[in-house]
Amino acid sequence: MLSARQVSLVKVVIFALGLLPMVRLVWFGFADRLGANPIEFITRNTGDWTLYFLCLTLSVTPLRRMTKWNWLIRFRRMLGLFAFFYAVLHFTTFLWFDHFFDVGEMLKDVVKRPFITVGFFAFLLFIPLAVTSTNGMVRRLGGKRWQLLHRLIYLIAPLGILHFWWMKAGKNDFAEPILFGGIIVVLLALRLYWRLAQHRREPALR
Amino acid sequence: MLIKRNQNGLDIPFSSEITPRAVFESRRQFVKQLAVGSIAGSALMELAAHQAFAQTAGAQKLAARVNPAYVAMDKPTAYKDVTTYNNFYEFGTDKSDPAEHSGTLKTRPWTIVIEGEIKKPMTLDIESLLRLAPLEERIYRLRCVEGWSMVIPWIGYSLSALIRKVEPTGNAKYVEFVTLADKKQMPGLRSPVLEWPYVEGLRMDEASHPLALLALGMYGEVLPNQNGAPVRVVVPWKYGFKSAKSIVKIRFTKDQPKTAWNISAPQEYGFYSNVNPDVDHPRWSQASERRIGEDGFFARKRKTLMFNGYSEVASLYTGMNLHKFF
Repeated sequence: MLSARQVSLVKVVIFALGLLPMVRLVWFGFADRLGANPIEFITRNTGDWTLYFLCLTLSVTPLRRMTKWNWLIRFRRMLGLFAFFYAVLHFTTFLWFDHFFDVGEMLKDVVKRPFITVGFFAFLLFIPLAVTSTNGMVRRLGGKRWQLLHRLIYLIAPLGILHFWWMKAGKNDFAEPILFGGIIVVLLALRLYWRLAQHRREPALR
Repeated sequence: MLIKRNQNGLDIPFSSEITPRAVFESRRQFVKQLAVGSIAGSALMELAAHQAFAQTAGAQKLAARVNPAYVAMDKPTAYKDVTTYNNFYEFGTDKSDPAEHSGTLKTRPWTIVIEGEIKKPMTLDIESLLRLAPLEERIYRLRCVEGWSMVIPWIGYSLSALIRKVEPTGNAKYVEFVTLADKKQMPGLRSPVLEWPYVEGLRMDEASHPLALLALGMYGEVLPNQNGAPVRVVVPWKYGFKSAKSIVKIRFTKDQPKTAWNISAPQEYGFYSNVNPDVDHPRWSQASERRIGEDGFFARKRKTLMFNGYSEVASLYTGMNLHKFF
């Protein structure tokens, strides 16, 4: 068990580490190291980091069950919010640099291109989770309802993978979508497995 | 005895003597003005074109005359961007991979086998290809199917010069270009992303159009490995992937060639793949493009032009539904 002091210390460290990818982007921007197509670089990089943080967030519960390190749960919210933070940067890059805030044009793109439709939908679903991430909101919603709402992440993560998959399909290059899709499948399958095992153990308690 | 030597005792120029990009670009501008205004005789033009555009240390210079008929008015893209950001799947799928992994490509000796529906099948080595027709410099726009574009000063000559030499028969309706596929030299071949070797193709009248270029160099030098050394085609009115790189075989055929991207995703990459702002790729719009290195961070993308602005090829497609034959 971690003391309150240790918890806040670890939180500071995670916060600083979570900002590093963005700091790196800003630094690359000033040092002219974003390559020949800076906007593509930023779009892909922020998309990648959304996915990394989604994987990290979803691995907290399985890791906690396997190691019995219950204190891990105290860092999950920050990881989830970082996933949302990079998703916001990813979406903003798309809205700003690809469409220059022309919402009509952007919506046309969203409707017409399946991979954007899916990514956009996943982003929309993500917003209520970020909004209700505070302690106050948990209280206001009540634990049960809050938990139900936050299960949306089980939909958001696969949609994110589908978005990535369809984007890469254009270039016939599936190595990364397969890797991250595999990670997400394992993380979700573990939950399903534990749930079914629990049902078998305590059928009456349903 | 007077022997010109540098202080470092070698005949290698100091880095300070290598043409800085700004100077190179102002020379480009000068050459362009010469070409466009036709204010100077060809001798002067040749002089201007022969200036050293040194970019890659040790790269072989290639003398060529500017062909004023094919000088895009756009500003040429920086050499660094052209050589570090491109697709060449034989070296990996990232656009930085070709520059990083093409060092293993051996471009000398190199031969192209020319066969199929022709009267004079032959095998040409790179030296005879360099001598086959007078080398010209042409500044072309290049539009990638992914939505970005560049402007590149190529060196080469019209593919039609080669076609005439091998005397196609009446059966020759298409030309097929086959890229080298050697696992030892090309690490990307280990990945099954495309069917290897990479094959591209053109209809005979497209291949014979004077704009279709057989390129052996760019920026005053031989082609860098990552840009398709030692010999490639450049078809500026089509998306970049139609311009096959590092060619080892050219076949003249009766039937339409089965081309690499068309095999892998026929609904996304048609045989023709003419640049066309009205026909979207299923995953993204083709109405606009981002000019690499020029359109600033906060600039809107520029409108893509029909046939990439090369309207002189429109007559090749009269009566064809370009939405169907995309």
